[in-house]
Amino acid sequence: MSVFETLPLPTTTHPVIRVSGVRKTYGTTVAVDDVSFDVNDGEIFGLIGPNGAGKTTTMECIEGLRRPDRGAISVLGMDPVRDVYQLQDRIGVQLQQAQLQKRIKVWEAVDLWASLYKKKTVDANRLLDQLGLTEKRNSWFMNLSGGQKQRLFIALALINDPEVVFLDELTTGLDPQARRAIWDLVRGIRERGKTVFLTTHLMEEAERLCDRVAIIEHGRIIDIDSPENLVKRHCPERSVVLATQHPSAAEHFRAIPHVQEVVGNELHLTIRGCGDNLVTDVIRCLSANQIAVSDFRTVLPNLEDVFLKLTGHSIRD
Amino acid sequence: MMRGLWKLTWIEIKVFLREPMGAFGTILFPVIIFLVVGRVVGRRMDPSALASSSFIRVGWPVIVSLIIVISTVLSLVTIISIYREGGILKRLRATPLRPQTILTAHVIVKLLLTAATMVLLVLAGKRYYPTGVQLHFVSFTVALVISTCAILSIGFLIASMVPTARFAQPIGAAILYPMLTISGLFFPLAVLPPFLRAVSRVLPTTYAVSLLDGMWVGDPWFAHVGDLAALAIAFAVCIALSAKVFRWE
Repeated sequence: MSVFETLPLPTTTHPVIRVSGVRKTYGTTVAVDDVSFDVNDGEIFGLIGPNGAGKTTTMECIEGLRRPDRGAISVLGMDPVRDVYQLQDRIGVQLQQAQLQKRIKVWEAVDLWASLYKKKTVDANRLLDQLGLTEKRNSWFMNLSGGQKQRLFIALALINDPEVVFLDELTTGLDPQARRAIWDLVRGIRERGKTVFLTTHLMEEAERLCDRVAIIEHGRIIDIDSPENLVKRHCPERSVVLATQHPSAAEHFRAIPHVQEVVGNELHLTIRGCGDNLVTDVIRCLSANQIAVSDFRTVLPNLEDVFLKLTGHSIRD
Repeated sequence: MMRGLWKLTWIEIKVFLREPMGAFGTILFPVIIFLVVGRVVGRRMDPSALASSSFIRVGWPVIVSLIIVISTVLSLVTIISIYREGGILKRLRATPLRPQTILTAHVIVKLLLTAATMVLLVLAGKRYYPTGVQLHFVSFTVALVISTCAILSIGFLIASMVPTARFAQPIGAAILYPMLTISGLFFPLAVLPPFLRAVSRVLPTTYAVSLLDGMWVGDPWFAHVGDLAALAIAFAVCIALSAKVFRWE
């Protein structure tokens, strides 16, 4: 009898990862509590939250590296604790802050990893080429830059042509340029039909990469959905910032329905309201009242604001 | 089950030899010391005295071999704790690689390095051993491998428990060298006070010394069944204990 029999059947895609009621404690600290979610085939799923929220613990339970105290996990139909070796054969893993032997060469690491899997592995030279590591194939691990190390770890996670790829804080500590290059690589993984499960504390990363995200804090999942839906649901506010010399502009704007407040100084006015029509209404008002503007921009809420709203603090605190 | 063992072993050997002090510190240094001491002592003795000096004939080879074993074990303790601290063990574990394969690879590397050092020592030492002196290299080597396994298992136990890589080497040395001192290696057990003599009786190193001494002078194996049994028990106990307390991260 499986725990999953009571769960509703998925409607469109079938989940490759099912997590249900997982709890994990270290001594008296509860790292993860009653965490449940599904990850669908072929999507990029992000677990987002501040450091210490329980992201890595959750991920390592799914990878079979930790045994949950309670709850059930199924990955590709396998139990990560009982079938750990069969599971490792079919998934690819990149761990947070992992290292390799200081003086192992890039090609040696890839060659070693390729020898560990029962299933057919991908062509190592092509993989190194795709990840831009061909020139570095004879370099020692310790002499690689942060971005190169991360690309090598991605190569190791992909060497067995895995069905699910786990990426834990993939771009932490990288400069923006290297980060963007890695994002493109992750999108490439999805395009090859693989499922990606990643954790990040960077909201921009989650927003740009993930099809769906689960927000986790203090070991509990707060909400799960696509980034757009999360923003729509929790932060319907819109703002328009504009610059005008018109003396009674503020009054006109206050008359627009759904406008909650108009604040500003001599140069800029900020119009806050909610609903998708706010921006259109402001433009109509400008044209109807012949208000000339020298600057006009809209400020839309993002995942960062969702997080602030749901938890009462910024993710960086 | 042993998938990846040979490749991992080969990579660990290469990685070790790339260490600045790797090859020199563990393989060449003991040989150089051996040659220097051999030269100094050898000059002061005439060849016939040399052949009959029990220190040069029996004591010195056993001391050198055991010190090599201890230093390899210490380097294993250090490597395991560095790998744990750096997350290398954890990264290797997140593959179909079995934990026992990872540890076996390290043991093979250490045994091979010990063997390489011993071969060099024998070649270097040949000139100090006049022809006619009966040497028993094969049984001595087998005895050394057995002793190494027993001492390595103590090393694993230490590696399982040291808190950080920084303390691995000093803690290991503080445990293993005193053990060696009261094992009858440098002076006979009879000169020890009764308390230390009792302690030495439960130390596997005591049996390793007895076994190696015996094998070097050509004792038959059945004369050392007790030593072999003691080493086997020590090995089993230490491996079982470290399997219980070993931390991968």
